[in-house]
This record gives sequence, C-alpha cells and structure tokens, in this order.
Amino acid sequence: MIKMKKIEKIYGTGTAKVEALRGIDLDIKKNEFFGLIGPSGSGKSTLMNIIGCLDVPTSGEYYFEEKDIKSFNHNQLAEIRNEKIGFVFQNFNLLPYATTFENVEIPMIFKGARAKERKARTMELLDAVGLAGRAHHKPSELSGGEMQRVAIARALANNPSLILADEPTGNLDTKSGDEILAIFENLWKQGHTLVVITHNPNISKRAQKVVKLKDGSIENNNR
Amino acid sequence: MKAYYIFRMFYRELKIQRKRITLTIFALAWGTFSIVVLLAFGEGLNRQMMKATHGLGEGIVFIYSGQTSKPYKGLGKGRRIFLREEDIDLLRNRIPRIELISPENDRSSNTMIYGRKTITERVIGVFPSFGEMRKYYPERGSRFINSLDLKNKKRVIFLGNDLKDKLFGPEEAVGKSIMVNSIPFLVIGVMKDKLQNSMYNGPDSQKAAIPFTTYQAIYGDKYLDRLIYKPSDVTQSESVKKEVYRILAEKYKFDPDDTQALNVWDMVEEEELMTKIFFGIEIFMSIIGSLTLIVAGVGVANIMYVSAKRRTKEIGIKMAIGAKKKHVLLQFISEALMIAFIGGAGGVLGSFLLVELFKFVPLEGFVADLLAHPVISVDIMILTALILGIIGFLAGIFPARKAASQNPVEALRYE
Ligand SMILES: Nc1ncnc2c1ncn2[C@@H]1O[C@H](COP(=O)(O)OP(=O)(O)OP(=O)(O)O)[C@@H](O)[C@H]1O
Ligand SMILES: [Mg+2]
Repeated sequence: MIKMKKIEKIYGTGTAKVEALRGIDLDIKKNEFFGLIGPSGSGKSTLMNIIGCLDVPTSGEYYFEEKDIKSFNHNQLAEIRNEKIGFVFQNFNLLPYATTFENVEIPMIFKGARAKERKARTMELLDAVGLAGRAHHKPSELSGGEMQRVAIARALANNPSLILADEPTGNLDTKSGDEILAIFENLWKQGHTLVVITHNPNISKRAQKVVKLKDGSIENNNR
Repeated sequence: MKAYYIFRMFYRELKIQRKRITLTIFALAWGTFSIVVLLAFGEGLNRQMMKATHGLGEGIVFIYSGQTSKPYKGLGKGRRIFLREEDIDLLRNRIPRIELISPENDRSSNTMIYGRKTITERVIGVFPSFGEMRKYYPERGSRFINSLDLKNKKRVIFLGNDLKDKLFGPEEAVGKSIMVNSIPFLVIGVMKDKLQNSMYNGPDSQKAAIPFTTYQAIYGDKYLDRLIYKPSDVTQSESVKKEVYRILAEKYKFDPDDTQALNVWDMVEEEELMTKIFFGIEIFMSIIGSLTLIVAGVGVANIMYVSAKRRTKEIGIKMAIGAKKKHVLLQFISEALMIAFIGGAGGVLGSFLLVELFKFVPLEGFVADLLAHPVISVDIMILTALILGIIGFLAGIFPARKAASQNPVEALRYE
C-alpha cells in the first residue's frame, strides 16, 4: 500500500537548514497496524504528513497504492486525502463553528456525495463511535475523548483505506485513550490500514509492526 | 460546498469582524446610494430636458429669411432673401419626403377683449399641420385649427393656456367670442399645458393661433416670417434639408452652399447635441460613484485578507480532509459577494426610498420641473449590480487565492 525509497525532507536553507528526514525506506502493507515511535523532533510528524500527501518530500520516491505521488497535481492530492486517507490529530482539529454532525459530514461534501447519503453515513459513523446523541453539539461542548471520537468518525467518512493518527491519545486521559485504542483495533479488524504515531506503550504494544525514528532515520525495525 | 455552510461561516465572520464589516457595508451602501441617486437625478433631468425641448416639437426644421454672403450668377452678396407663401406648395410638391409643412406669421401687441378684460398678446397665423408639429395640443373638449377653417378663412382662434387664463380666468373659453383688434373671433380650443424650454417670441402658452388665410386677410403680409416642416423620416432629415435648400436656392437664385442666404434651425441637430451633453454628464457621474464604490471595495478586500489570515488553521484542516482549491475560493468569493450584495442592496433601497419620497415634495416652477423628477432606470440598476459584482469578486479572489495556495502543513500549524 505504501512504499518509500530514500525519502528526505529538508526544511529551510543555510544555517537554518533542518534535515527532518534523512533517507527513509518504508513498506507498509495493506491492513497493517503500523506504529511509529521516537523522541520529540525525530521527524515522526514530518513523515506522517508525507505519507498523508499533505506535504511532499524534498527527494526520494513515494508510491501510494502503487502510484507515484509525483504524478499527481494539487486537486488529485486533495482527492486522495479526501477519499483514501483519514487523518486523526493530537489536537483533534475539528471545525469550531460546526456541530459534531457537520464536522463528520464535511469530507463527504467535498467529495460531492448526496445529502441523503451523507446524512445516513454520518449517523452510522456517530453511532459507531457512540456519539449519536451528541450530533448537534459544538466541539466546545464535548470532552477531549468525545472530540477525538468525532475526529475518528470524520476520518472514516469516505471509508478510506488508510488511517493516519498523529499522537491520537496525546491529549487524553488513560480511560479516553483506551477507548480510542479500542476503536482503532476494531477498525484494523475491519480491514483498514493504520499508521499511528504514539508515545503510548499500550498502543505500540498492540501494533503489528513498530518503527522507531531517531534524528530523521529509522533506528531499528523490530517486530 | 453547501450554501448553508457558507452562510454559517459568513455569519460567524460577521460576529467576529462586526465593526469592520459594518463599516464596509456602510461604505458600499453609501457608494451605491450616491451612484444611483446621482444617476437617477441625472436621468430625470435628462428626460425632463428632452421633454422640454420636445415641447417645441420633435424632428422639425425652421426656415426663415436671411442674407446672401456670396455673390451668385452676377448677383452681389448682401441680398436679403425672403420666403413667400407659394414656397409652401413648391416644397410640398417637389419633396414628397416632407410629411408636414406650415407657414407661420405673427404680430405682437394685438388687443384682445373678453367681457371687461383686455390684454395685449401675440397672434400667429398657421396651417392645421402646425398644431401637430409644434405640439399645440388641444385640451379635452377643444380642437386646433382644421382645414375647413383654413379654406373658409374662418375667424376662429386657438388660445395658449396662459393667455386663456389671463383673459378668461377659470371660466370656460371654448365657444366664447372674443375681440381681437376689434374683430370678433370664436374660441375653438385651448392648448394643453406643456413643458417648453426652446422658444422664440416667448412661450407658446402665451400666444394665440388663427388660420393662416384669416391672418392674411387681415394683415396681408408679403413674406413669410418662417416656414416649418417635418420630414416623414427623421433619419433622412439631413438630405431633406439639403433638398429644401437647393430648391429654394434655385428659386431665389443664391448659391446653394451659401449657408447665410436663409436661416435654418434644425431641432434634430439640437437634440443630438443635447443627447451628447447628457451622455457626458452621465459618464462623469458614473465615474464619481464608481470611485466611491472602489474605495469601499478596498475595504471588502481588507476584510477578506484579515479573515483569511485568521482562518488559516481552519483552511488547513479543510485541506487535510480533502478540500480542493475551488472549495476555499468559493467560500471567500461568496463571502465578499455577500458583503457587496448587502451593501449594494442597502444603497439601492435607500436611493429608491429617496426617489419615492421626492415625489411627495411639493416643488413648483420650471427649475423644479427639470430637477425634481429623478428616475431609477434599468440601465442604472444593471450598471450598479455589475460594479458591485466586480468589486465583490475582485475583493474576494485575491485573498481567496492566497488562502487556497497555502501549504496545508503550514496552515495546520498556524495558531
Ligand atoms: N515547517 C518547519 N520548518 C522548519 N523546521 C521544521 C518544520 N517542521 C518541522 N521542523 C523540524 O523538523 C524536525 C522534525 O519535526 P517533527 O515535527 O516531524 O518531529 P516529531 O517527531 O513529530 O516531534 P514531536 O514528537 O515533538 O511531535 C524538528 O527538528 C522540527 O523542528
Ligand atoms: Mg509530531
């Protein structure tokens, strides 16, 4: 599903130059639960953004579902993010003015789905994450765990094959974190591919494969 | 994107940037108001001026005596050329493109007596066709001179409305007999009030018309004071005028290129000139109004820039979940257009109100007649809508493009 060769990412130039990624080779199979760990500043988020087609590498090759990412234009990348990838962020990144329902619905609006379909799918997803009763609440009225569940429902809106999570439990207490973990495991069982950045040992324990980054390079490739 | 979300986000922006948006909407409303009102009064003035000019007649040409300025076939220059009664038939027979033609002779200081009232006014002798050409339209229940009056040299008289008021006051005049220089005349008609700003020998409302034959029987003028005709097709006015001049030049033996031999007053030319002047005035006013709107447009653009900057994170989130450039563009452009629309609608509403209210302001007199008739025409509305649309679009497109071309990762990091 994901194949990376010698991926490098360099921020800035001259003295301000930061080599965030220094030659990453990565192979993530379909329906894998993939953990990404490493100290702060090691390049985890940078790698995640590249996997998620939010950013492009400075050099190297990246194939998403066998297709070279370089061959896609702006709009095509947006389509991939919209339909094939679901993002879950540490700080949730919900739209503050929109309700739970609307936050989940928006990716389907970008896709151009019909209102009836959107409504049914949104309710189905909210049901799945146990928030059907909170459909008309604003993010500010939800707890952290609830917000993250909304974010997961949103990530699943267009039924993507790949789910990317950047420290999804980083801002949550243990109980909420465990709930999120349970949802992730469930998704994995349903056939989704998961890439999760985490400091949470509970999560990395469950992952099939864990890669540790250090100073922009993969340190060991255990399990 | 769904219109509902666009409205929701606009509403939120409205709350956050309330002061700035309110001020800009006000500026837009003021700009629209001034442009619409200026043009409405301009258009009203234009129409009233045209109507007033038309009070003398539309598409008509006057010819009166002149003096040659060039020697011709052995005749010296400085010769006076006078028109004669028979020229009417000559022109009518030679130029079928002339639809109406009439002589007009006049005398001032005619004593008119009705009952115990005596006034001194001008009397003109004309053909029935004069009435239509010169808009001597009769009031209800009265009529202008007809061909029978002319043929039988009847002593009938048609009164200008002001003259009638002077002589009769509120009393009915039609059917009454008045004395004009001690000769009894039957009043057959009174002129309908009209707006008139082009005139000779005073306004028509202060003159009295009698059949040309009757006039000649009394005064026996040798020459015509003037001749008035109207071509059947206004677009051929120029060539008809040339032909008239050529025929008269041939008859009176003067150089057809000698423009001084006869004096010609062409209302068509006059109207064309007026149209041009008013077009100029309208352009000038449009420019002033548009400048106001452009300044307001800068305000809209400023709001959109601030709003785009503040919404950086939100745009980043949307990009991460699959928003394309067009989605971001659409959002900003629609918001700018909404602001432009609200401001524009306010301005248009205000100007409509003013124009409507103006109808209730009691204004009298010639100047008020000209100035106090504002008209909001479809052209003005289309022009304003167009300018506002362009302003909204331009004010939205630049900030929107900036917002839409951000790097999603950078946008997401923005706090
Ligand atoms: N936009 C940027 N400009 C310059 N340097 C950047 C930028 N983004 C990241 N970096 C640098 O790249 C390196 C990797 O950053 P990254 O965010 O990927 O680390 P991380 O592993 O996600 O850290 P954390 O666990 O704290 O989230 C860091 O040194 C960071 O300072
Ligand atoms: Mg990070």
